[in-house]
Amino acid sequence: MSETLLVDKIARRPAWWAGLGSYIRHRPFFILALLVTLAFLAIALLGTAVTPFDPTFQDMEAPMSPPSSTHWLGTDSYGQDLLSRAMAGARYAFLTGICSVLLGALGGLAVGLMAGLAGGRTEWFLMRIVDAILALPSLVMAIAFIAILGQGVDKVILAVGLALIGPFARTVRADVLQVRALPFVEAAGLMGIGKLAIVRRHILPNVFFPLVVQATIRISEAILVSSSLSFIGIGIVPPTPDWGLMIAEGRGFVSFAPWMSGVPGAALAILLIALAIVGDGIREQMDPKQRAGH
Amino acid sequence: MLLFVGRKLAQTIFILLMVSIVSFTLLKLAPGDPVQMALGSEYSQEAYASLTHEMGLDQSLVVQYGHWLWGFITGDWGRSYVGRTPIFQYAFVEALPVTLTLAASALFLAILIGVPLGVLSAARQDTILDAGTAALSLTGTAFPSFYLGILLIWIFGVHFGLFPTMGFVAPWQDFLDGVYHMTLPALTLSTYFMAMIVRLVRANLIEALQQPYVAAARARGESERRVIWLHGMRNVLMPLVTVLGLQLGALLQGAVLTETVFSLPGVGQMITNAVLNREYLVVQAGVMMTGCLFIFVNLLVDLAYPWLDPRLKPR
Repeated sequence: MSETLLVDKIARRPAWWAGLGSYIRHRPFFILALLVTLAFLAIALLGTAVTPFDPTFQDMEAPMSPPSSTHWLGTDSYGQDLLSRAMAGARYAFLTGICSVLLGALGGLAVGLMAGLAGGRTEWFLMRIVDAILALPSLVMAIAFIAILGQGVDKVILAVGLALIGPFARTVRADVLQVRALPFVEAAGLMGIGKLAIVRRHILPNVFFPLVVQATIRISEAILVSSSLSFIGIGIVPPTPDWGLMIAEGRGFVSFAPWMSGVPGAALAILLIALAIVGDGIREQMDPKQRAGH
Repeated sequence: MLLFVGRKLAQTIFILLMVSIVSFTLLKLAPGDPVQMALGSEYSQEAYASLTHEMGLDQSLVVQYGHWLWGFITGDWGRSYVGRTPIFQYAFVEALPVTLTLAASALFLAILIGVPLGVLSAARQDTILDAGTAALSLTGTAFPSFYLGILLIWIFGVHFGLFPTMGFVAPWQDFLDGVYHMTLPALTLSTYFMAMIVRLVRANLIEALQQPYVAAARARGESERRVIWLHGMRNVLMPLVTVLGLQLGALLQGAVLTETVFSLPGVGQMITNAVLNREYLVVQAGVMMTGCLFIFVNLLVDLAYPWLDPRLKPR
């Protein structure tokens, strides 16, 4: 029953930008969140060019100073400027978030394609492994990988990326199964077009777009997991200005220097909320069933 | 019915086996030689050989896996490299109850507050109250829990001095003190689920209230309360239970972080310390426990379906 419905849905899908103009007018929060995200991204790209201090410069005169005219958002226990560190942290958040999602999406694409196309025993076997991996929360999975790999920015990216392969593989496989059942793919097969060509010309383009949407939505999850790893002290190592790490450093000083975890925490929270709103907007735009409601 | 339960059980056992293979492989991939780690820096060749034999590391991988799995089932989880204390005692008897208490209190709080808020939001659809709840719940699902925990410590622990900010008191030993210590951690962990429950209940209830049988119930003159709680909520229960079961992974994940924030001696702290001390057996035990718990709860969810929705009762 679901198959005919799906064919129906895909065939009637309007171009994704349809109604974008009215969408912007009706969704001010989405636009605001998008702007916030872009601002964070700009800070991440510009890096130390726009920070008032070097993020690892230790001002021995002013350790743990509250927000002042020199240090707008205060300093930490080493006298490092928190505003500069929070701004520099944006780079690590996006770096770990985007790289690990890319890794997870590519891995998931490979596993999902293999499972969806091979069918039979290979598919069954691959999907059972994915099931087993999905039984573990991504943070626990990432912790296990960190245990094997060790600490550091590159290790965090690798661990989070590997932990994300499972969820991506599952959606890719589902998409492959749907697309494979479509008449034009079947027709291409009957016309004697090679298997690889069918995958490249017909299946990949149809699987790729939903995967990109998935990936954008999952960036916030990747940022959250990687900063969580740093927060519990097994991810990125000091003195790298990573938000999770900075929040953890400030935890012990919360009674007399609450700005120490307050500043990086606010940066992380604002970015994650903005990303969630953007993600919701993208998801709604992509799902014709939900969009019809507006 | 028996066939249905049997099939679900078989599936569960199979996935448990897969999880055990994944955990076992993780341990085998870990760097370093466990024998060397147990012996320290100075040891004789004989001691090395005898401990290798004692740990079963001279046998084939399949035999090692079988031994390990049997040990796991019978509660022999090995001993930690440092201190040689039994891991089962540490992980299952001491750490797991802390995490379960935290997770259960958080879930309880989330349902207690989330369900009524969701119902209210659906009943007053498109009012200021609904919009406010929507904004709050979006923030709640996105807000990093560990940062929320620190904010709560700052506000309620430091500023107002209302609640303790660290430590665990078992509620089965001293109930009131246990609840007192658990309040802030449970609140921290529950926020995400509360927000999720609100969104889920609202969306599903609104959909359910548009069904013809609800119109029929209203036409019969049944009270709005009865319409919502009896006819509406009955259809929200299923998706709610499904999502709660699926989100158990997120609950355990959040518990790991919450334990770090509030220094609770649970599974999360155990795994974190084990990673830092390279205690791979403990990491493995933690991973296995988490996986088993998740799978077990999802089995319960699957088995609960026919009971929640009589239409799904297998014949």
